[in-house]
Amino acid sequence: MPAVQETVERVRRIDVDQYRYGFETLIESDKAPKGLSEDTVRFISAKKNEPAWMLEWRLEAYRRWLTMTEPTWARVNYPKIDYQDIYYYAAPKPKKTLSSIDEIDPEILKTYEKLGIPLREVAILEGVEPPPGGEPSANRKIAVDAVFDSVSVATTFQKELKAAGVIFMPISEAIREHPELVKKYLGTVVPTSDNYFATLNSAVFSDGSFVYVPPGVRCPMELSTYFRINERNTGQFERTLIIADKGSYVSYLEGCTAPQRDENQLHAAVVELVALDDAEIKYSTVQNWYPGNSEGLGGIYNFVTKRGDCRGNHSKISWTQVETGSAITWKYPSCILRGDNSRGEFYSIAISNGHQQVDSGTKMLHLGKNTSSRIISKGIAAGVSQNTYRGLVTAHRKATGARNYTACDSLLIGDKCGAHTVPYVEAKNSSATFEHEATTSKISEDVLFYCTQRGLSQEEAVGLVVNGFVKDVLQQLPMEFAVEAQKLISISLEGSVG
Amino acid sequence: MSLLEVKDLKVRVEDNEILHGLTLTVNPGEVHAIMGPNGSGKSTLSHVIAGKPGYEVTDGQILFKGEDLLEMEPDERAAKGVFLAFQYPVEIPGVATMNFLRTALNAQRKERGESEFSTPDFLKKVREVAKSLNIPQDMLKRGVNVGFSGGEKKRNEILQMALFEPAVCILDEMDSGLDIDALRIAADGVNALRSPDRAMVVITHYQRLLNYIVPDFVHVMSKGRVVKSGGKDLALELEASGYTQFEDAA
Ligand SMILES: Nc1ncnc2c1ncn2[C@@H]1O[C@H](COP(=O)(O)OP(=O)(O)OP(=O)(O)O)[C@@H](O)[C@H]1O
Ligand SMILES: [Mg+2]
Repeated sequence: MPAVQETVERVRRIDVDQYRYGFETLIESDKAPKGLSEDTVRFISAKKNEPAWMLEWRLEAYRRWLTMTEPTWARVNYPKIDYQDIYYYAAPKPKKTLSSIDEIDPEILKTYEKLGIPLREVAILEGVEPPPGGEPSANRKIAVDAVFDSVSVATTFQKELKAAGVIFMPISEAIREHPELVKKYLGTVVPTSDNYFATLNSAVFSDGSFVYVPPGVRCPMELSTYFRINERNTGQFERTLIIADKGSYVSYLEGCTAPQRDENQLHAAVVELVALDDAEIKYSTVQNWYPGNSEGLGGIYNFVTKRGDCRGNHSKISWTQVETGSAITWKYPSCILRGDNSRGEFYSIAISNGHQQVDSGTKMLHLGKNTSSRIISKGIAAGVSQNTYRGLVTAHRKATGARNYTACDSLLIGDKCGAHTVPYVEAKNSSATFEHEATTSKISEDVLFYCTQRGLSQEEAVGLVVNGFVKDVLQQLPMEFAVEAQKLISISLEGSVG
Repeated sequence: MSLLEVKDLKVRVEDNEILHGLTLTVNPGEVHAIMGPNGSGKSTLSHVIAGKPGYEVTDGQILFKGEDLLEMEPDERAAKGVFLAFQYPVEIPGVATMNFLRTALNAQRKERGESEFSTPDFLKKVREVAKSLNIPQDMLKRGVNVGFSGGEKKRNEILQMALFEPAVCILDEMDSGLDIDALRIAADGVNALRSPDRAMVVITHYQRLLNYIVPDFVHVMSKGRVVKSGGKDLALELEASGYTQFEDAA
């Protein structure tokens, strides 16, 4: 069954009503009609109570999208997507509420346990609700505390952010409450015409995060801490915009090590970062979407456009990603090094197992003087997966003194998988210094035997060796996630040997 | 009961038979030395005892405390107390030695149903053993064997042996690459582990090591068999006359 068909079938099963009427009645419903048209775009915009300028912006993107064709240059294969066979808007389905932690699927609990995520957080992530009144049982007690905690913790965070002047809210709210900021920056890093998936996202994006850090402010907390507790249902067309004003700093973590399922197979997110003079943005991602089953059926198609603009002098943007999920990953977090002396970094761990296909990398575009960039990519392929690093480093004519260092290492587990490195380098300024190193190695039998001789199981041994291989990148993650990410890496490789 | 019994062991690698019916019995408290020319199958024997994949046992048996070792995964064998100090220890980049030691020790304890070592207890233990082997603390922070000198790698093997307290220690050419002082330190480390319920199988080319670690038995291997066994004097004899006298016996 073609991928989209399957999604549709699933959606149909959840669905109560099929809407075949005009736009006016539709607005009352929770779901847009299937397929993409100007009406779909209008529907989404109306649902979000958007101002007219935002609707115009979306429509322009939609019209643009109609003239574009889906890219085929990436090393990924998937059944043709029928864009008219997809639902573009559905109000987030409230999760079935559970009254105790006992009701969570034991398989899922096992994964949480392996990740070392505390039970109280599991309760939040899985939507365990306190029982209405009555003496809570011992198990229920945990859930109650956890939920109450999350509310108070979140409120404390909100207060702290507000005191610092940091704006952090869903982008749909920001469009209404801070239109001047959104208008000024949205689409300035990833223009609506940028690429097929980004253009699609611009037309139909559902929601996402908006962050603005005022001049000179160091965001008082890792936005990850907050994020993990609050944002779960970001939807399939996520849109995020982060602006670090002059001299400010923010660290943001997207995603979750916890396993994530979604009814929607096609994901096309856009993330835009803007760093003004002397500002720094650190953006980390842990992606663990459903990768499909052992036969390669199902799984998320993840077509993401992430780009940061080092707009100001001495600005810095750093991307760190741990990609373990999704059936298909098409993702190139990039930096435009526009400001003089600006710096871009890309640290990546991309793991593919089973039938997963990963085509990921980065672009570092050196425009300003004395700009520097660093790329550390660790690709790990197991099973029958394909793992490609695709990178582009360019120096503009005026980018005097541009410097880049790239190290791409691939590790193969087994002999049915593939790792590929496709680095493009282009220097239009003769003073640019670009260094590139690449290695591909197989996980050695001798190393595995050494570890098992010392008491580690085959799987623990693979996990240990792989974690050693990716150490340089793991170190870039916020502390509290590094440990979980390390476990996640071992879990994603389970069943890859023996 | 014997600790380790290798009975009439025949082993193939790909299409070549390397061990042609090898027998060796090791009792608790004993130290056995195995000597023999290059390529005679010493490392092969140690690998098969420890469970390295890629070898096909076509005949014979290996019993450990009466249990069939060949039925067990390498990590199970390790947890039961089989330790192999490698002739060529591998490097594991990015995995700090200290972290590796703890992960391995706790994996073994878990397999045996014992509780994990607490961090302070573990650190105390490692520091003590490291000190006795003249291993600086800084080395333990580095990746496992990464950039270690030949001698440092060998000392790291002895360190692990001391930490894991195995029942059978197989030492494959632990003396190669060690300078005279390092050899004495490593041998002292091994001797410190000698005990009535532990046995050692020391593979070496040189009588010199056996001056430090004095064996109860010496076996001569040639072409995949034990061709002669004797007391510690056999090693001296070999030193004087070489292996040629055994070529025909094999
Ligand atoms: N994978 C393999 N394929 C083919 N032959 C092998 C393989 N592994 C070992 N051998 C052969 O088995 C024989 C025994 O090797 P082994 O390493 O056990 O010798 P050794 O006694 O330890 O020698 P040394 O003293 O040099 O360490 C050698 O002839 C070697 O070439
Ligand atoms: Mg050998």
